[in-house]
Amino acid sequence: MRDVAVIGVGMNRWGELWEKSYRQIWTEAALEAIADAGVDRVDALYVGCMSGGLFVGQEHLGALLADQLGMGPIPGTRVESACASGGLAFRQAYLAAASGEHDIVLATGIEKMTDVDGGAATYALSTAADQEYECYHGVTFPGLYAMMARVHMHRYGTTREQLAQVAVKNHAHGLLNPLAQFRSKITVEDVLESVMVADPLRVLDCSPITDGAAAVVLAALPLKGTRRPPVKVVASAAATDTIGLHDRADLAWLRSTEVAAASAYARAGITPADLSFCEVHDCFTIAEVMVIEALGLVERGKGGEAAASGMTALGGRVPVNPSGGLKSKGHPVGATGIAQIREAVLQLRGEAEDRQVQDARWGLTQNMGGTGASSVVHIFGRV
Amino acid sequence: MSVGIVGYGSYVPRHRIKLEEIAKIWGADAPAYKRGLGLREKSVPAPDQDTITMSVEAARRAIVRARIDPARIGAIYIGSESHPYAVKPSGTVVAEALGATPDIHCADLEFACKAGSEGMFVAMALVKANEMDYALGIGADTSQGAPGDALEYSASAGAAAFVFGREHLVAVCEHTYAYMTDTPDFWRREYQFYPRHAGRFTGEPAYFKHVLSCARVLMERSGTKPSDFRWCVFHQPNGKFPQRAARELGFTKEQNDQGLLSPTLGNTYSGSSPMGLTAILDVAKPGDRVLMVSYGSGSGSDGFIWRVTERITEVQDLAVQTRAQLEGSRVYIDYGTYSKFRGKIRMGTE
Repeated sequence: MRDVAVIGVGMNRWGELWEKSYRQIWTEAALEAIADAGVDRVDALYVGCMSGGLFVGQEHLGALLADQLGMGPIPGTRVESACASGGLAFRQAYLAAASGEHDIVLATGIEKMTDVDGGAATYALSTAADQEYECYHGVTFPGLYAMMARVHMHRYGTTREQLAQVAVKNHAHGLLNPLAQFRSKITVEDVLESVMVADPLRVLDCSPITDGAAAVVLAALPLKGTRRPPVKVVASAAATDTIGLHDRADLAWLRSTEVAAASAYARAGITPADLSFCEVHDCFTIAEVMVIEALGLVERGKGGEAAASGMTALGGRVPVNPSGGLKSKGHPVGATGIAQIREAVLQLRGEAEDRQVQDARWGLTQNMGGTGASSVVHIFGRV
Repeated sequence: MSVGIVGYGSYVPRHRIKLEEIAKIWGADAPAYKRGLGLREKSVPAPDQDTITMSVEAARRAIVRARIDPARIGAIYIGSESHPYAVKPSGTVVAEALGATPDIHCADLEFACKAGSEGMFVAMALVKANEMDYALGIGADTSQGAPGDALEYSASAGAAAFVFGREHLVAVCEHTYAYMTDTPDFWRREYQFYPRHAGRFTGEPAYFKHVLSCARVLMERSGTKPSDFRWCVFHQPNGKFPQRAARELGFTKEQNDQGLLSPTLGNTYSGSSPMGLTAILDVAKPGDRVLMVSYGSGSGSDGFIWRVTERITEVQDLAVQTRAQLEGSRVYIDYGTYSKFRGKIRMGTE
């Protein structure tokens, strides 16, 4: 396998992009990444998207987007793994470059979620759960994560306030990210007084419905010379778990993240203690708590204390979600995994401006589908 | 030649339902909804009240304040999205009840929540054109939200009526402006019982774009700024939107509060900003300037600049005032009674 680096990144402002079409949102991000990389062609494109069909009635994305980019007849591949679609699309692009099949590959993600109403969006998202054993009984993702939160609180003493601290921290980070959907400071009280969604999770515990896209350009090493400092893909790993929450051996443990992370650490030859920062899948506040445990940043059961202690804030021991995370930056599901990688690249280039992690050397991204039925973990480092 | 309001009146039904009562039925978080929407309770029409009956009540009060013979009214325009009949005008019934027939032109208007200010706009234009001495513009609605929908917390009932003329004015219309685009944020098709809406899309690209644009162009063309006005009033789909619109335009809370009725009235749709204007006229002093901007989904805003005259003090107490109705004798009902009143219980024989 060849070594591979990210040589260009692109992303537009996320939010309720009612003035822009699906293809426009994607093309803007893709062209920005290509321009950032300074290349005049890509050999293939990958796009992570959870449900173009249910959100905007559009499938067949590989062909559509290659055409929009004016780069047909290059191969275009759509990758789907629910909310981990972006991360998995990047992994496929990475494998394509590492294997020698392609030299320069565009990895992208997109979701346009606000063209349908809240009920339709909730339904579309629920297709990531087990239709026969979860959805038919009426449960939605906030409900599933609420159950995970309840177990975590019961077993480890994680408090309601500790969950709120995760949202407070990520909003504080997002305030520093000009492309974030919600650039607003919130307090623990704001979270605790916000609308109840699924007890104990309130609306400010939940990531939003978002329109957005992100793109990165990968290239096989060695490079003849690049416009921007390349950032090396040190490890790429993916894993799965039972799709239904009820089939898990432990409701308060994300095994797919644990397995993918273990594989990534082994490949990179580093330990969690070596990480400078992480971008993780905080679709709900409890998710970040559980993810940082599965990544080994904290001991099992201790995830609740991290945000409250400042350990995971910018300036803390290992900043988690310096971009603002899904909570503040937004969560256009298919684009999330790619946007995490864009953030990692900016941090390792030293271009993250006000939210720059000092002396960043190793960065990890973790993107997750469903209640953790799929996880994709990447580790990046400076070349 | 001046044109403006000769007489005004409003009508608020006596029945109310509290937001908590609705939230309780649907398992919603009442305190969060109250904060989020800026609403506490809303008016509910009794089973024998509709757009026609409320229009009659409001128009009678307007005519009392105008001190004119109703037979001299040359036109009646009722704006509503809840005209009782799909075919057959509300205006004929109302004009007959007022004693304004048969020398009168009539049209029922519909433009979601903007129809009331449209009626005002057209009635006033005909008077200005010397087609007639007096014309009546009315905004009235018994609006409906589908059970459990966010609209159910706001959709309420009320009416405002204005007699327009050229003499004995209580408020001179100094400027008007209308701003409109094709923006489908809220609609009800034929044979549908409840309207549908595009959720959060009704905010930024719909309400705020049209209300703020209308107000800005109106002030620019008239060479005015927020500090030139004593009062402002905007369409009130909830308690939050009009307050934010006022703030973004540079108006103070004090300028906006008198006409802000929605926290305890709800959204009276076509009656909304016109009713707010009546609450302002109830307390206005001669010389006060008022900026009024309506909003109707689909979407558009009508803007008016009013200057209150000396005659206002003579008419304020001639009929019941708007806040007196809002804060006066009320009957609180439960959700079951509300469902019955609003025809939400569908009988099998219908």
